[in-house]
Amino acid sequence: MRRLLPHPLLSAMLLVIWLLLANDVGIGHILLGSVLGVFIPLFSNRFWPERPRLARPGTILLLSGRLLRDIVAANFTVASAILHPQRNLTPGFVHYPLELRNEFAITVFASLISLTPGTVSADLNADRTVLLIHALNVTDRDALIAKIKQSYERPLQEIFPC
Amino acid sequence: MWSELLIGFFIIGGASFALIGSIGLARLPDFFSRLHGPTKATTLGVGGTLVASSVYFSLHGDGLSLHELLIMFFLFITAPVSAHLLAKAALHLRGLSGGDDSGIGR
Amino acid sequence: MLIAAIYIAYGMLGLALLLNLWRAVRGPTLPDRALALDTMYINTVALLMIFGIHLDDNLYFEAGLLIAMMGFVGTTAICKYLLRGDIIE
Repeated sequence: MRRLLPHPLLSAMLLVIWLLLANDVGIGHILLGSVLGVFIPLFSNRFWPERPRLARPGTILLLSGRLLRDIVAANFTVASAILHPQRNLTPGFVHYPLELRNEFAITVFASLISLTPGTVSADLNADRTVLLIHALNVTDRDALIAKIKQSYERPLQEIFPC
Repeated sequence: MWSELLIGFFIIGGASFALIGSIGLARLPDFFSRLHGPTKATTLGVGGTLVASSVYFSLHGDGLSLHELLIMFFLFITAPVSAHLLAKAALHLRGLSGGDDSGIGR
Repeated sequence: MLIAAIYIAYGMLGLALLLNLWRAVRGPTLPDRALALDTMYINTVALLMIFGIHLDDNLYFEAGLLIAMMGFVGTTAICKYLLRGDIIE
């Protein structure tokens, strides 16, 4: 089983993507999607030396829900900031001390930051300890860091234990 | 009738967010502020039109049409990556031109 | 009703694309132009989706997907070039 399906999650995802691409759930498409789901991970196995471990599916759901809410909220915040530029914005960089160590977790974390209210991840230093974040409106750096840590880094630490 | 209202709402909502994002790109003062408009407003803008398209083809075509989700997922994964790369490139170029250097660990 | 919404959306997205074009021409820096092009392809995907609804044709989905993918690859390549001065190392 381990040898045939080295990455079960990836295989399932490939099947779902194939079904979405075909936009049809016939038996033929399920069969073809399963074949792709088995063979693509086998052939690309050497590119995925470690399998990411996911824990706590409940936390993943919670985080996704919060992310969706924050994306919508972020859009309204940024929209009002764009339409009322006379309101004094103080854009600036924030150095964020990372606690995550897992490479994949850091990637997910940086993406989440870019998707949420008024912040874009801009750079990561060489030993992966500080993330440079650009924020559209910085009033209190420490409060911003604490908020990001509380709402995104903590759940990610639970999801990717290492 | 209600479906037309729903589709129209998503179309107009999506288009307005796309327009607001582009206005931000045009009028915000510096590059890093401009980065915020497109990465956020446009993802929801495209998201709105994709939902509208999904609803429309589910009701008017044959059966459920969910493949619009594919573009949505793709854009939600790639938008942060391209924003990060653009920011990195801008920091790099600013460092080369000898301006003030706020990059870290170069 | 729906057709009116579609025409309004055409106008808004057309204006958005013009604004992006203005930023791409004006600059002032290279990342600005790259960002403008990036935004342009995202707006184009939105425009194509509405066009598909207008013509009641599912074919424009494939075009949208291709533009989204090629646009991402293009932006990545431009950024790589700006960062390293070379794309394929």
